[in-house]
Amino acid sequence: MNQTATLPARRFRIGFWTGVFGIIFLPFLVVTFLRFFKGLGAVTNLSDKFPWGLWIGFDLLCGVGLAAGAFTITAVVHLFNLKKFEPVVRPTVLTGFLGYGFVILALMFDLGQPWRIWHALIYWNPHSVMFEVAWCVMLYTTVLAVEFSPVVFERFGFHAPARIIHGLITPLVIAGVLLSTLHQSSLGSLYLIVPSKLHPLWYSQLLPLFFYVSAIGAGIGMVILESYLSERAFGRHLEMDLLEPLARAMVVALGIYGLMRLQVIVRNGSFTAITSLTYEGKMFLLEFVLGVILPVVLLSFRRMRTSPRWLVTGSFFAVLGFVVNRLNISVTGMERAAGTRYLPSIPEIIVSVGLVAIGMAVFALAVHFFPIFPERKLEGGD
Amino acid sequence: MSVGLLFDATRCIGCGACSSACKEQNKLPGVVEAKTTAYTWTTVKSVNPAKPEEGPYMRHLCMHCKVPTCASVCPVLALTKTPEGPVVYDSAKCMGCRYCMMACPFDVPKYQWDKAVPIIGKCILCAGRLKDGKPSACAEACPVQATVFGKHEDLLREARERIRQNPSGYVDHVYGLTEAGGTSVLMISSVPFEKLGLKTDLPTEPPAMRTWQVLSNIPDFVAVWGVFLYGIHWITARRGEVAQAKGPLTKDMDDHERHL
Repeated sequence: MNQTATLPARRFRIGFWTGVFGIIFLPFLVVTFLRFFKGLGAVTNLSDKFPWGLWIGFDLLCGVGLAAGAFTITAVVHLFNLKKFEPVVRPTVLTGFLGYGFVILALMFDLGQPWRIWHALIYWNPHSVMFEVAWCVMLYTTVLAVEFSPVVFERFGFHAPARIIHGLITPLVIAGVLLSTLHQSSLGSLYLIVPSKLHPLWYSQLLPLFFYVSAIGAGIGMVILESYLSERAFGRHLEMDLLEPLARAMVVALGIYGLMRLQVIVRNGSFTAITSLTYEGKMFLLEFVLGVILPVVLLSFRRMRTSPRWLVTGSFFAVLGFVVNRLNISVTGMERAAGTRYLPSIPEIIVSVGLVAIGMAVFALAVHFFPIFPERKLEGGD
Repeated sequence: MSVGLLFDATRCIGCGACSSACKEQNKLPGVVEAKTTAYTWTTVKSVNPAKPEEGPYMRHLCMHCKVPTCASVCPVLALTKTPEGPVVYDSAKCMGCRYCMMACPFDVPKYQWDKAVPIIGKCILCAGRLKDGKPSACAEACPVQATVFGKHEDLLREARERIRQNPSGYVDHVYGLTEAGGTSVLMISSVPFEKLGLKTDLPTEPPAMRTWQVLSNIPDFVAVWGVFLYGIHWITARRGEVAQAKGPLTKDMDDHERHL
């Protein structure tokens, strides 16, 4: 294998990143200890006025949303039968799986009594969006694990189970798309219950649709970013012939999303909040310019899409704007009704950063031990 | 038969007997705090910043909604509405997601932020006392009948009667009649309700309905979307087979796609 040839360079990189990981991980362990032995109040800026903070706004809402690439790409390859995108399926499904793992770990920190998380399985309340969220997280994480499992089976030479899963791929992918559609939208539905609390720039009966479409856009953006990061970390080439059409799909998704958002804002009369540059108006502009206008305008030009630098820049803006949007809904838009400002505490940030670091470390290890990226040779011979 | 409370802000003298009685009845630790917390389920305070001692005074407690938002959002059914009226909490089921706190239009549920094993704290309208045929502790403790306990329809009739007899002394609205779909706790006042710190911009239909509009469509959606996705797979797979059967065309199609 040509793996051995690249090993020295890779080992150097891992050494450096292991150091960074350690620096992040030590305070993470301290905060974890405090969180579980002293309570949420000891480490977070959460309060009775502001019961949901960074761990919901970033870890849950963004973690799930940015894992949307997995269901999008599997649908493109297995349902729309566009087989040329096959090379990005494995890294994307792995990212999706790790993203959901990240969300579940974050919930272990955020839930007051996480050891009771299984209660959602036995006490059913179909009127609760949180009930839908709980089931979707659980089922879709399972689907992602099964979708990824052939990679593990094949690595250890178990070909029979890998073949069985391969035969079941169509129903699996359909289940994955269904669960993702429900789950992405349900995170928006979570906020339908607060019509008198969430600022009208963000509140709309269409929140579930907004969450779904924006997750598709940002999920594709993540696939592009991830390809770029993999290129940097594992010395791979950017597959521009795959990423360019993906960027086109992202522009369409974000364009539709942006138009729908504007329609709602003009109709419900909250446009003045933008023009008069209130606190909420400014934060909306930040999210909308970064997450919609910049990527849509930039990547509408073929010249920009085919330039790796601009392609990655546009995707980065889309993902960044997406994160600002989710934080605006969970924090900015709720602050006025709560009558208080919320900024995450240092320990809250340490946990979020620590969990992202764990996810990236596991990804790097998976790439090291499993055939995640297709060999160049294979692609050429196809 | 459903019961509730009627709070008349014109009668309240701000003595705080209700808060103390509540603490004692529900065995809540510590002293009565300025704002409701997981350990102080009801408070009384003056809403007259210039001359606090002149009042009027306002109570803060759970409104016990007819269609409680908290109960509708709780994924584990820890919060439920009893047929008698109280919205009660089963701490043994709660996993601490705090969606009830987010969702409550009256900001009632509070959390034990200081505990490693925390639970929610909120007024339960003395559901245990009600079973024994007794009124809530706060109503029993009130020396001036500012808070009275009774059947919901009796309380509503009483509230309307007081407003009718003294139209200049009351705002012509019973708070809790329509707010968030109606509540088991009713309030009347001589000053506008927003001056008492109550929210007056609440929708008249229960917020839970907005969620249910979406959730109730999920089974239909799953069926239609599932068939649609399979249909797409069927068509594209067939197209692939046809292309393969025709042989040389495959390359052209690939080229064609690449140019798109």
